[in-house]
Amino acid sequence: MTRFSAFSLFAKALGGHQGWPEQWPDAAPRPAYDAIIVGGGGHGLGAAYYLAKKYGITNVAVIEKGWLGGGNTGRNTTIIRSNYLYDESAHLYDHALKLWDGLSQELNYNTMYSKRGVMMLAHNVHDIQSFKRHIHANRLNGVDNEWLSAEEAKAYCPPLNIAPDARYPVLGAALQRRGGTARHDTVAWGYARAAAALGVDIIQNCAVTGIRRGADGAVEGVETTRGFIASKRIGVSAAGHSSVIMKMAGLDFPLESYPLQALVSEPVKPVFPCVVMSNTVHAYMSQSDKGELVIGAGTDQYVSYSQRGALHIVEHTLAAICEIFPIFRRMRMLRSWGGIVDVTPDRSPILGKTPVKGLYVNCGWGTGGFKATPGAGDLLAYTMAKDEPHPINAPFNLDRFRTGRLIDEAAAAAVAH
Amino acid sequence: MLLIHCPYCDEQRAELEFAYAGEAHIARPDDPAAMSDEDWQYYLFVRANPRGRHHERWRHTHGCGRFFNAVRDTLSDKFEVTYKAGEPRR
Ligand SMILES: Cc1cc2nc3c(=O)[nH]c(=O)nc-3n(C[C@H](O)[C@H](O)[C@H](O)COP(=O)(O)OP(=O)(O)OC[C@H]3O[C@@H](n4cnc5c(N)ncnc54)[C@H](O)[C@@H]3O)c2cc1C
Ligand SMILES: [Zn+2]
Repeated sequence: MTRFSAFSLFAKALGGHQGWPEQWPDAAPRPAYDAIIVGGGGHGLGAAYYLAKKYGITNVAVIEKGWLGGGNTGRNTTIIRSNYLYDESAHLYDHALKLWDGLSQELNYNTMYSKRGVMMLAHNVHDIQSFKRHIHANRLNGVDNEWLSAEEAKAYCPPLNIAPDARYPVLGAALQRRGGTARHDTVAWGYARAAAALGVDIIQNCAVTGIRRGADGAVEGVETTRGFIASKRIGVSAAGHSSVIMKMAGLDFPLESYPLQALVSEPVKPVFPCVVMSNTVHAYMSQSDKGELVIGAGTDQYVSYSQRGALHIVEHTLAAICEIFPIFRRMRMLRSWGGIVDVTPDRSPILGKTPVKGLYVNCGWGTGGFKATPGAGDLLAYTMAKDEPHPINAPFNLDRFRTGRLIDEAAAAAVAH
Repeated sequence: MLLIHCPYCDEQRAELEFAYAGEAHIARPDDPAAMSDEDWQYYLFVRANPRGRHHERWRHTHGCGRFFNAVRDTLSDKFEVTYKAGEPRR
């Protein structure tokens, strides 16, 4: 594996950037592995990397039905933050946030993690109360989050319209300065490259079609479009398709899959310095380093695997954006797309063991799992290596839907983030 | 946007007139107190979420206001049929 450095970039530039070798081999499936990860998104690739790196389990395959990062990893609006309400969530998301720091160095791959701050707008009294409650709860958990007046919010993000007669008046905002964005694809590619260098097989264009279980119920391997692959340890990290795969093992899951859309504008010069979210009016925006405004819309109301959403959802979001940021009224949109997100009843993920021996799951991240990529990968790897959950992910077990010990971020955030 | 046929109005209308109301044919148990937590979780939280034929409820909120059931393919989003509440599962 070539190490990237300023020098190697310069040297390759002299050759017109023609001399770059393949970054990881396109592996063909071998008959058996010590561990299999289903799903080559950021979470799954991260889990494979940490299995190899931290736990020395290198005979691992990541099985992806399409191409790396072709799922939600490559479709999301890359907002990273950790200011969730409940203690369990704060610990989970902040664990991930800490891993984002230094990830580029660790992987020797620029994930372009940029701590530009995530600002959530308050438009009504309920928002103010709810955000202040979040801020206090976050501070008790050592997670940074602070209250800004409308004027301070405007100073932080000049395109913001804080006129009192605006359709969605801005009454203040909650700001997490450590929050920000990263480049989605490079997260998948960086983990894939680093995992492959440690011996992990990255197998693309290979869909898992069944999970084989032995007489004792334990997993024996996966049926795929490229044949049977044996393994006594299987981790499923398939985002929107998680419940489909769990059914292959005979498990019914508390998940529903919905379309979630995003869109980008034509690229313009730097104009938007941070990430702004408005849960109340369903608008999320940042500007990519290429210059496009990256805008997140809401979910459609119905269950779907179509990977496309309805236009009225996008219209609703753009109407809100034009009100909050009048400067963008004449901006043209370039592309829009949808992903399928797996949503749990309490809007918190399920990350841990399953009732089937040897089968582990990381799912239910819904509209907000990109931010958790390094943390989810790390914790899934831990759980698979030790056959028990790490204290951070232990509360996020499947059993909470039986015991009633939910982690109810649904009421706290409810929509895309 | 979906076009949805309301079996009461007998008209095909835009999705904007309708509210989705989750998986259909989930009957509330007669005696919840007698149920185990295990079974109660299935009633409350576990859903079929199929990739393919899905039985679901819709409400014609901005029309007749009534609930009805539908079968829709979740891959193509195309409706196979809509039928009145109380009619047998299609
Ligand atoms: C439009 C949109 C905006 C979003 N915005 C944000 C945001 O701003 N911030 C945030 O934190 N989160 C956001 N999310 C959510 C986030 O993208 C997801 O929670 C996260 O990417 C899930 O991570 P993953 O790597 O597990 O998923 P994925 O990248 O979807 O990986 C799952 C993989 O499993 C594969 N797979 C499925 N079935 C099979 C099979 N049978 N066999 C083999 N492989 C299979 C899929 O092809 C896919 O590549 C957004 C999502 C969408 C759709
Ligand atoms: Zn009607």
